[in-house]
Amino acid sequence: IGFQRKPNIWKVIFETEFIITVEPLEYYRRFLKENCRPDGRELGEFRTTTVNIGSISTADGSALVKLGNTTVICGIKAEFAAPPTDAPDKGYVVPNVDLPPLCSSRFRSGPPGEEAQVASQFIADVIENSQIIQKEDLCISPGKLAWVLYCDLICLDYDGNILDACTFALLAALKNVQLPEVTISEETALAEVNLKKKSFLNIRTHPVATSFAVFDDTLLIVDPTGEEEHLATGTLTVVMDEEGKLCCLHKPGGSGLTGAKLQDCMSRAVTRHKEVKKLMDEVVKSMKPK
Amino acid sequence: FWGAAAVSLQRSAHPLLCYVAHVTVGLAQNFLPEWTLLGDTSVLAGVYGPAEVKVSKEIFNKATLEVILRPKIGLPGVAEKSRERLIRNTCEAVVLGTLHPRTSITVVLQVISDAGSLLACCLNAACMALVDAGVPMRSLFCGVTCALDSDGTLMLDPTAKQEKEARAVLTFALDSVERKLLMSTTKGLYSDAELQQCLAAAQAASQHVFRFYRESLQRRYSKS
Repeated sequence: IGFQRKPNIWKVIFETEFIITVEPLEYYRRFLKENCRPDGRELGEFRTTTVNIGSISTADGSALVKLGNTTVICGIKAEFAAPPTDAPDKGYVVPNVDLPPLCSSRFRSGPPGEEAQVASQFIADVIENSQIIQKEDLCISPGKLAWVLYCDLICLDYDGNILDACTFALLAALKNVQLPEVTISEETALAEVNLKKKSFLNIRTHPVATSFAVFDDTLLIVDPTGEEEHLATGTLTVVMDEEGKLCCLHKPGGSGLTGAKLQDCMSRAVTRHKEVKKLMDEVVKSMKPK
Repeated sequence: FWGAAAVSLQRSAHPLLCYVAHVTVGLAQNFLPEWTLLGDTSVLAGVYGPAEVKVSKEIFNKATLEVILRPKIGLPGVAEKSRERLIRNTCEAVVLGTLHPRTSITVVLQVISDAGSLLACCLNAACMALVDAGVPMRSLFCGVTCALDSDGTLMLDPTAKQEKEARAVLTFALDSVERKLLMSTTKGLYSDAELQQCLAAAQAASQHVFRFYRESLQRRYSKS
């Protein structure tokens, strides 16, 4: 019986689509060698970003942000609360990121998983560090009454880069929030809300997040999709405001980066900030004053 | 394997020296109770593994790393979860998980006292515990905290009071081979140039920490 030599097994694999399921990293590397990605983007290119403000009429402020397929909606409700005893002239901003099973098969229903908790903590840190709102602006009557803004960010479709989308959605929603005027009447000592007189919040800075994924300890790509995040050896998120000041440098482990690589990330974050600011300004202009 | 490490930081009087730490490495029963009365930042770490892992959590080609961080008081909350994620990802980057597929390596951290620079202390404790347990790693890592106050002065390893008054607090995890940045988490506003400055200072300070690791391990293994 003649013994036929088997063809080179790798050639066979390359020829078929099998590689995508068996060796996704190898498939990916072939694209990275040509400095591009399977969806046709360059290494430093973001996906198409769209934002829709004021879509939820029952919320005091809302925004829907789409970063490619990743969709995050932010709804802000303002309620009354007693200010904290250690800071009687401050209000509260309470963010919460929810990653329901709706957005991706990796999440189960039930208490928030680790990813959601980490994202919530990240957004809370961004609000705290960037001083996007002065908490004193939320105070109505020192020691007695203050606003609390409940910011609920819900992911409707998870395709990577959730932190960028959440930060942008939060910023857009906060710009959309209108708080009614509240006076404390002397006779009854109760709050009187004047729904006809509403004012926008004073947004002091515009923090914009830029996320990177590290591949094979060397290559940095911007705005990773869900697949890319899964294959990456590390991630990095930089939150920058308009003066080039950094609010947050979130690098949860992963491969090491040198100072020079960090510098490249910073410059990309600066350009991204300009892009996002332009988009925000267009949206704000198109918002009709109520 | 199992291993345990207690890392406590003592503030040295000289502000430029990053810290002088006492580490007792060994079985939990051998710990002397005196070191807990120092009042400085102390974290106790225990490593268990490679052990059995739940089918839902197992990874076919790597070890599953789990980090549990228990605060000194109160129930663990979202902030602890966030820190656990940071420490876990840092450990995952250095631990050679592919040598123990379908197993779990658990790192348990208990905060004994907190006087500033807590996350850096947790990272150091985790690293020493992993070394003590003999878990195969590609490099060591250390945690360094930097604080920037309002006039831009850099302080390494700040106390709780300094952290509160600082404009920005940056915590880095650096690896021992090339001093690359493994993990970073920051609080407050700072500029790009200040970041590079802090990173350079942290890289210089990490030398002290690695030298200290070496010394304490030498002491431990020369005794037994």
